[in-house]
Amino acid sequence: MEQKNNTLLVYTLLYFAFLYIPVLFLPIFSFNDANYMSFPLSGFTTEHYEEMWAKTNLHKALWASIKVGIVASVVSTTIALFAAKAFARYKFRGQNISYGAIMIPFLIPEIILAVAILVIWLSLGFKLGLVPVTLGHILFCTPFAMLILIARIEGFDFSLEEASRDLGENAWGTFYRVSLPLYLPGIIASLLLSFIISFDEFVLAFFLTGSDATLPMYMWAQMRFIQKLPHVLALGAVIIVFTTFIVLLAFWLRNLGQGKDKAEFGIKIHE
Amino acid sequence: MNESFIQINGISKHFGNVKAVDNVSFEIKEGEFFSLLGPSGCGKTTLLRLLAGFEYPTSGNLLLDGSDITALPPDKRPTNMVFQNYAIFPHINVEKNVQFGLRKLGLTNDEIFKRVKDVLSLVKLEGYEERYSSQLSGGQRQRVALARALVRQPKVLLLDEPLGALDKKLRDEMQLELRTLQKEIGITFVFVTHDQQEAISMSDRVAVMSEGKIQQMSSPNELYKNPQNIFVSDFIGETNFLKAKTETKEGEYINVNIEDLGSFKIKNNLKISENASDVICSVRPETMMIDKEKSDWDICLEGKIKQTSYLGEMTKFYVETKEIEKIITVSSQYFDNQSFQDGKCFISINLNDISLLNKK
Repeated sequence: MEQKNNTLLVYTLLYFAFLYIPVLFLPIFSFNDANYMSFPLSGFTTEHYEEMWAKTNLHKALWASIKVGIVASVVSTTIALFAAKAFARYKFRGQNISYGAIMIPFLIPEIILAVAILVIWLSLGFKLGLVPVTLGHILFCTPFAMLILIARIEGFDFSLEEASRDLGENAWGTFYRVSLPLYLPGIIASLLLSFIISFDEFVLAFFLTGSDATLPMYMWAQMRFIQKLPHVLALGAVIIVFTTFIVLLAFWLRNLGQGKDKAEFGIKIHE
Repeated sequence: MNESFIQINGISKHFGNVKAVDNVSFEIKEGEFFSLLGPSGCGKTTLLRLLAGFEYPTSGNLLLDGSDITALPPDKRPTNMVFQNYAIFPHINVEKNVQFGLRKLGLTNDEIFKRVKDVLSLVKLEGYEERYSSQLSGGQRQRVALARALVRQPKVLLLDEPLGALDKKLRDEMQLELRTLQKEIGITFVFVTHDQQEAISMSDRVAVMSEGKIQQMSSPNELYKNPQNIFVSDFIGETNFLKAKTETKEGEYINVNIEDLGSFKIKNNLKISENASDVICSVRPETMMIDKEKSDWDICLEGKIKQTSYLGEMTKFYVETKEIEKIITVSSQYFDNQSFQDGKCFISINLNDISLLNKK
């Protein structure tokens, strides 16, 4: 019995090592006082971070990514909320087909999605830039958002909505006073995860940005110059920390009020 | 008092091919405690949801206090509902739950405060204002649901099996309390239940439903003593069915040949025709007498006890007789499972206690 547990423990540790050791090299080398990623480490410095931040192009790219991320996450979460409610609440003709249709961008290779949007966008005579990137990201984020929201809305007691109607609220009042506060943890989790997916996305951005680089595009462009590698490491380290934080926050929110007692609910709304 | 406070006129509700409610018409009086009783799937909940406005009828119309409410959405109807699972909003506390429905009534803050305070004292929930649903017991949640609905002072309170989730002791207590409360505030209650004992003990009138239709609508006493058909007789309480044929009428009475027992003169409440071969006699277990000696009752049969079940306040005997093929159930408060050592007994029936029903 003891033996078996040790085997599983070793397996688990190996798995996490495989997953995270490469990622850990980024922060380690980002504080190394050298231009190359090689051991032994030559000394501690925060210089790369200062240099990284001094680049005005970085600020531009960061702002572009934030804009795209906000619009993509808000729009995809809104679309996904309506869809998730429909799937969780009602049975209708074509349910499976429409579910599949929304999930497909999740499954087809991103590069195909990117090329398809590129071809259509250009043939319509539009210019490349952040707008097509945002549209692509909405397409790509919606399935993620829907998976999160369906998990939240499924098992939702819809008699709460009927009770609200019964107590004199119309459909909008019911949505605002009952449904929205109860879905809120799911909605925020969906916004955060959609934002992160958009923020980290490279392939669609690569095809569709034109000259307005997003952050991953900026990093990729920097990588071509060996002397700029340390900046990319520093930036990568910052992004890892930020992303990890947001994802943990999103998962915590998603599970809020769905623990041992389903009725227990974390967010109190005061009117 | 308005005799036709709620008018249900030819209401049908179809879900695809299923006729959940099938051309039902009846009236409910103002201030009445009215129950819809039936097995699951009989259409009672659909009928209640039609009254609440959660469903719209396929045909027919609904009038409440003289005005047509058929097409009104739930938020425009002067009805309120106590849901089966209570549906207490989990994200707001008891006080906010109770206040929820007052927002649109145009009351001042003082009036809102007073109404909430009064209704919480009515349902004995003072001091629970700050609690959340997860911090309440089943019985307390039920009181919150009741308070939340009553605070709006509806013309009709709709209750969808509100006692189903409670344990037996609490259920009995709440039955009595609901009944008292209803008499006190005088609001019309429409109560849905599948529990015949509950319906009988609480209601002024009961409508027994089956397959989307009303089988019988009357006072609990009538329902028990004069069932209109086999379904009602079987569903309400327990009974013994005996096959029979009618012969000739004699005024209010009719001669009935009960299979294996011979001819008897029985009251013909349902005006069953002469020479009908498809009739049934129903005899309640508690109307019969079981004894060690022969009696001078109208019918007295010698029998052998095959099985007993001791229920405390009474004992049920399952008796086999020479004459009747079926095992007869008799209950007694006098004898118990230890009274008949050799199993030999006599069961007696009064003709007055036999109800004659159409088989159908």
